[in-house]
Amino acid sequence: MDLNTKFTPQNWPEHAEQATMEGKNKFVGFWIFLSCEVVLFASLFATYLALKDSGPAGMDLAKYSTKALYELPLAFAMTMILLTSSLTSVYAMYHMKNFNFKGVQTWMGITVILGLCFLGLEIYEFYHYVHAGFGYRHSAFSSAFFTLVGTHGLHVIIGLVWISCLIFRNMKRGLNLYNAPKYFVASLYWHFIDVVWVFIFTVVYLMGVLG
Amino acid sequence: MMKGLKKWRLFSLLAVMTVFLAACGEEQLSTLKPAGAVGKEQLDLLLLTTSIMTVVVIVVSVIYLLAFVKFRRSRVGENVIPKQVEGSHTLEVIWTVIPIILLIIISVPVLTATYKFADVAAMEEVDENGEKTALTVNVTAKLYWWEFEYPNQGIITAQELVVPTGEKVYFNLKAADVKHSFWIPAVGGKMDTNVDNLNKFYLEFDKTSKDLKDGVFYGKCAELCGPSHALMDFKVKALDRPEFDAWVASMKATEGKTASAESTDLGEATFANSCLGCHAVSGVGVAGSYGPNLAAFGDRNRVAGFLDHTVEDTAAWINDPEYYKPGNLMTGKYNVTPEEAQAIAEYLMTLSVEK
Amino acid sequence: MSSVAQKKGFGAQVWDYLTTVDHKKIAIMYLAAGTLFFAIAGLEALFMRFQLMFPESTFVSAGTFNQLLTMHGTTMLFLAATPLLFAFMNAIVPLQIGARDVAFPFLNSLGFWLFFLGAVFLHLSFFMGGAPDAGWTSYASLSLYSPGHGIDFYVLGLQISGAGTLISGINFIVTIITMRAPGMTFMRMPLFTWTSLVSSTLILFAFPPLTVGLFLMLVDRMFGANFFDHTMGGNTIIWEHLFWIFGHPEVYILVLPAFGLFSEIIPVFARKRLFGYSSMVFATILIGFLGFMVWAHHMFTTGLGATANAIFAVATMTIAVPTGMKVFNWILTIWGGSIKVTVPMLYALGFIPSFVAGGVTGVMQAAAPLDYQLHDSYFIVAHFHYVIVGGIVTALFGAAHFYWPIMFNRALNEKLGVLTFWIFFIGFHLTFFLQHFLGLMGMPRRVFTYMGDQGWDLFNLISTIGAAMMGVGVILLVLNVLISIKSEPLNRRDYWGDGRSLEWALETPLPFYNFKQTPLVRGYDPYWIEKQEGNKEGMVYAEPVGDIHMPNNSILPLIMSIGTFIAAFGALYSPWGDQAIAGTADSVSPGLSVGLIVLGLGITVGAMIARSLKDDLGYHVHVAEIEAIEKDLAQYRATGKKGGNK
Repeated sequence: MDLNTKFTPQNWPEHAEQATMEGKNKFVGFWIFLSCEVVLFASLFATYLALKDSGPAGMDLAKYSTKALYELPLAFAMTMILLTSSLTSVYAMYHMKNFNFKGVQTWMGITVILGLCFLGLEIYEFYHYVHAGFGYRHSAFSSAFFTLVGTHGLHVIIGLVWISCLIFRNMKRGLNLYNAPKYFVASLYWHFIDVVWVFIFTVVYLMGVLG
Repeated sequence: MMKGLKKWRLFSLLAVMTVFLAACGEEQLSTLKPAGAVGKEQLDLLLLTTSIMTVVVIVVSVIYLLAFVKFRRSRVGENVIPKQVEGSHTLEVIWTVIPIILLIIISVPVLTATYKFADVAAMEEVDENGEKTALTVNVTAKLYWWEFEYPNQGIITAQELVVPTGEKVYFNLKAADVKHSFWIPAVGGKMDTNVDNLNKFYLEFDKTSKDLKDGVFYGKCAELCGPSHALMDFKVKALDRPEFDAWVASMKATEGKTASAESTDLGEATFANSCLGCHAVSGVGVAGSYGPNLAAFGDRNRVAGFLDHTVEDTAAWINDPEYYKPGNLMTGKYNVTPEEAQAIAEYLMTLSVEK
Repeated sequence: MSSVAQKKGFGAQVWDYLTTVDHKKIAIMYLAAGTLFFAIAGLEALFMRFQLMFPESTFVSAGTFNQLLTMHGTTMLFLAATPLLFAFMNAIVPLQIGARDVAFPFLNSLGFWLFFLGAVFLHLSFFMGGAPDAGWTSYASLSLYSPGHGIDFYVLGLQISGAGTLISGINFIVTIITMRAPGMTFMRMPLFTWTSLVSSTLILFAFPPLTVGLFLMLVDRMFGANFFDHTMGGNTIIWEHLFWIFGHPEVYILVLPAFGLFSEIIPVFARKRLFGYSSMVFATILIGFLGFMVWAHHMFTTGLGATANAIFAVATMTIAVPTGMKVFNWILTIWGGSIKVTVPMLYALGFIPSFVAGGVTGVMQAAAPLDYQLHDSYFIVAHFHYVIVGGIVTALFGAAHFYWPIMFNRALNEKLGVLTFWIFFIGFHLTFFLQHFLGLMGMPRRVFTYMGDQGWDLFNLISTIGAAMMGVGVILLVLNVLISIKSEPLNRRDYWGDGRSLEWALETPLPFYNFKQTPLVRGYDPYWIEKQEGNKEGMVYAEPVGDIHMPNNSILPLIMSIGTFIAAFGALYSPWGDQAIAGTADSVSPGLSVGLIVLGLGITVGAMIARSLKDDLGYHVHVAEIEAIEKDLAQYRATGKKGGNK
């Protein structure tokens, strides 16, 4: 299928993201990339679990333990926001299947807004900890916490910049076989970020407060 | 070509023989001449695996050379197209099963020994008086020197480990600054000294060290720890139990010993002013001092782990430790003239518990 | 357009290489860069051996020696062996599977430039206050303690070049999965392609732990984090785990493609199909899988406890089984064949006994209680050099001779090659065989000197003589390469006469699109099948001659890499590091440090956005152009003259 073909909802292919060789490569390559991201986060989780209770001799555990620090309601709100943003990106993909470009752009835009909300809350949370004396250099625990959650936050930022660029660059171009895979892998990436967050919520916050 | 090959074979056989004859090494530091039960068992494992592996190498080499000699193109003919064989299931099974059997043979002693060497339960055993029955030494590795504390005897020494023969000696291993590794090749395998946690293991010394070349076993640091890693040697004196007990008693007798700044001896006075802050001269104490304990300095075999045990070398070491052991932590901590260094060296030689 | 049809100015040629996305040119760049770093690391090894030639030698100082040993190991593994294997993967894998290029040509170029600039960054340390000195393993307590910026260079340089390696790994996996020619099923893929696939998969799972480890070290040293600082609750054993979860598979990442290369060389010069193809594939996958289960055998003496040691000991030993399968399959390949001893075959024949020797000492060290004696002694030095030099370097040298005709349309000199082989091979065994005994006689590794009279003097002397011979061998090989530049072009297909896989079906010099028409693969060893059936044309084709879609060149990969290079300097001179605060390393103002990081990453991200905003659709080579290029090439092959119609 040629890249320059003009499409209508009728002749738009079923799997537009894999209709060209480049698209298919991108699709396969991105899944493979995600598998290495999994290993990356697994290493960070392992490090966090190993260090979550340790600090310098005499660290005030009443003040700087997972139980004392984390606030579940906030983390829960963040989880809900990110889960919703994952859903909205699914809507965008649904509209892409139907060749509804406006739908794609709108739902991707909503995804970005929700992502920004999440990011805002995360920055608020970090700010709060730093003010409570729990800075990056405070202890092995603080370094491990900020690195794990911060790496996820960095992924969110990259995802936001990426999706915004996509929305912006395709405003005039419309949907075609060249940018369909781009939307698809961006949404895949966003789901991945969401899945990682679910693990962070469980392992860091839930197990930290309840466990 | 074939003649040349034959000569080569003869030559290499001779070379290999020479190597094997020369390859046992020195008694005080070769793993091939073990002087302890742990080292002996490790040597047995070495011999077992080596013989199995040698058989493997020989079998592979014979088949390989045979194939090579038989199927040279010059013998087969220039334009022959050999039969394009796909493979053979029987053969695949054979060379899967045989190695597995060999590995099982190796695994049995390996697993037994792994658990055996890690068994340090006896460290905690006590007699009816509540005293520990086994001898324990706390080893602290510090940048380029070793501290040996005997917690149950309440004594401490450095650089030269003194142990009794014929019993298990248990070690608590720890590093104070960066990771090191505690290794007495002739007695048994090594164990790392980590900064984060205590490692425990034991060694056995079967014979006294006095008949060895220098009267000691050699100990090495086996983990890269900075510029002077190569020089972080220590020595081990293995004594009969009565001699060991005598040594412990004379170490205990140094309790309270110190150097006096008012001494008429220039060496002692300078030592008291410049060195005593880091180096104790009493053998009674606990681990954690900044510099090695010098209570038994006069009995040592080496200075700084590797220099000759003479007044000259000691004075030279005191004058410029950085020259001998780059990166050591003694450099620049004191200020003495060469004459004072000489006097200190002479004073240090008098610090002895054995003479 | 064609690689030969146009005479370009020097500037244009340089620009062409800076922007190229052609896998063949990237292969040449990998080869050149890898050779450069191989030579540097080899020189470092020679310096070390000269220092250890006699006891208490003062040829280099203690500090310098530690820098040499660190840079030797780091450079050889990350910056010499890896790129050299990537060179052959890039040059050969697309040809073997009948592809016009790799799946992501742009990323291919980015992977190279990241690797190269990371490597350059690491080597700048020599001129900027001292190289890293904590060993290639850079164990955390020592590397945190090490003053100056050496370790920072290590961490940042490897971070950048590691990203490049990871990108290339992903690229090869996708290429092999999606770009195979019609009929090239997985079980018809040549072994080199298979091993490249498995090795790339290992990269995929092994490099992220390294990335994380390096990142933790980076923030620990440069931004005051506390992952490995035990006084702040950190734990240095985490570094050991992360490093070896990467480090052990890394060995297989390197040795599997080497196995693949030998599996290509041996059948060609035995004129016989690779024996037990499917079990070879199975063994490759099994080795790759087991490679991830055994990392703690590097930590037997760390004190993980008896059960951990027992499990990892047994797991490690099992690797001997698939490796043994491979060795026997190679031997059975030459059994009943018709062996022609060429230079590549010499390397293959030398490889088998050397590698077996390295493998069996590996099993000995897998025996944990025995390893307590062998670990960190010269025995382990001997062991891994038997595996790496005997397995990987021989593969690289052999493959260079083997594939030179395809890569450069020239052949390396056979006589000089034989001489090189013998000098190198004898030197290699002389250097490393005796080191087994040095280890058993109590010599620890990584020592900058030793006292005389400990029974080590003679063997160290012999070892150094062997190392010098290896050095001479490498010089002869380089000489051979230089001579080949002046030699006659080959202008033919199937240089060795018994080529079996697709790459030999192509006539050199290759056009930039590789295959005029995509070939149709009718079985394992497709070119051999065609030859046996008397097909003079080389291959049968899966498609008529049509327009060929090719990717555009781009300078953006280089710009992105330069961005990371700049950012790395910002991090290096961070004022927040422990060493900087202690005054043992120089630093810049917070503004400048952050400024450099922002500027560098800004350049990288900016280049990525620039790439994203533009449509990059590639271009089509039309049928008429293809015919013209083919005509040019034919004329060149016939007359040696370059055409001028483009």
